Amino acid sequence: MVVRFLEKIGRSVIRGFENGGWVIILALEALGHLRRRPNWRQVLHQMVHLGVDSLPIVMLTMLFTGMVMTVQTAHEFIRYGAQASVGGVVFIAMGRELAPVLTAVVFAGRVGAAITAEIGSMKVTEQIDALRVMATNPVAYLVVPRLISCALMLPVLCIFANVIGTVGGYLVATTFAGISSFSYLHSIKMFAVISDVTGGLVKTMVFGGIVAIIGCHKGLTAPEGAEGVGKATTGSVVTSMILIFISNYFLSLLLYR
Amino acid sequence: MIKLVNVSMGFNGKSVLNNVSLEVSQGETMVIIGPSGSGKSTILRLLVGLLKPSAGEIWISDQEVSHYSEDRFNNLRRNMGMVFQYSALFDSMTVGENVAFGLRQHTNMTEEEIARVVRRKLRMVGLSGQEEKMPNQLSGGMKKRVSLARAIALNPGIVLYDEPTAGLDPMMSATISRLIASTRRILKVTSIVVTHDMESAFWVADRIAMIYNGEIVACGTVSQIKESDNPLVQRFINGMASLGNSARRRA
Repeated sequence: MVVRFLEKIGRSVIRGFENGGWVIILALEALGHLRRRPNWRQVLHQMVHLGVDSLPIVMLTMLFTGMVMTVQTAHEFIRYGAQASVGGVVFIAMGRELAPVLTAVVFAGRVGAAITAEIGSMKVTEQIDALRVMATNPVAYLVVPRLISCALMLPVLCIFANVIGTVGGYLVATTFAGISSFSYLHSIKMFAVISDVTGGLVKTMVFGGIVAIIGCHKGLTAPEGAEGVGKATTGSVVTSMILIFISNYFLSLLLYR
Repeated sequence: MIKLVNVSMGFNGKSVLNNVSLEVSQGETMVIIGPSGSGKSTILRLLVGLLKPSAGEIWISDQEVSHYSEDRFNNLRRNMGMVFQYSALFDSMTVGENVAFGLRQHTNMTEEEIARVVRRKLRMVGLSGQEEKMPNQLSGGMKKRVSLARAIALNPGIVLYDEPTAGLDPMMSATISRLIASTRRILKVTSIVVTHDMESAFWVADRIAMIYNGEIVACGTVSQIKESDNPLVQRFINGMASLGNSARRRA
């Protein structure tokens, strides 16, 4: 019983390392292809498909996140007479953590799943084999445009997320918390520095890369059949989210210490 | 032109091909027949480099390719086309874009020249004016024909067909068989057709090889195969024919 349990754990660990190895190989191969001329037509198509189409859900999520952030902080800050700091706190929290991480999580759920489902169904219907037979490298044709698009579009989405989150906070602060417009904006000017935003944007570039590589890897290795594609899609979202949270910790240490 | 020498192949410890040797001359149409799971499609996948053999040599145009890297194989693949069993059309692209795919990837042709080639290839397979349709708007037979048009878009020297008539009605099967024959005649291509449709095999083949349990058990011209004294061959081709006759009687 114990031996079987240990064997099960061992198998999972080995499988985890094996998958990790394949993901790293795929990432290195995709980065190698970046040196050659990428297919810009595909890149632009993916930027619209993966990036622009994600804007409404990102805006909605971050509007309410900014609003709830102010609801939670304003009351406590007013109790301690620090209402003049609310705008700055909301802005810094947005720029450093909330906007990059939440945008990446929403992005992983929407875009990571879409990438895996699309590439997975291409794999099970032999379209990936057809690409190879037509002398077209699937990594160059499918992975590289998605990697570039995700790494470029997630920071752009994050800028929108920062703006809309701060606006959401502003609306709640000035409408319900009795904080003046001047006080909210002045505290942003007082406390925030440019690295609060640029650090978050650097993080989202990494998160975009993670979502793209994991999404493509899960699609390219999807087991046969509709059930296999479904499992791969779920796995893609879960793995991307876990990696986003882990890498966020280390990136925060690196960028803000 | 194409040669397999003592090729063996296995998946998960199970042998699929065992010391298979086969030679196809330039311009010849070789049909590989055999029951499902006998290793027919594996031979095609080895020839286009989708799989690597565990032993043996594969020669294409005087080059031993069994250990070629993906990049090196890509140079050969530009001279090859393949019609997949389930067509494998890119479902996010129109019919025209599917046929134009190889031209856009590997030539410097202008969009006008590409459109002209696409029109010509679609006319060859009897699908003129279908450029704007999406694959999900096509029947099984039409998909196979688009797949053929895509395979011959770059005028390859070798065309491989994986079960080209599987799942089609007898009339469409005959149409596809005629297209295979006319493609060979017009483009002078070397063709390898994997099928278990005997009517189609007898129609298009110069020679037929029968594979059984991963081994070539017979190889010869159409008449040699029809008259073969190998019981496996007779059972296979007559089994198919008798099934056809009894079905016809019932009808």
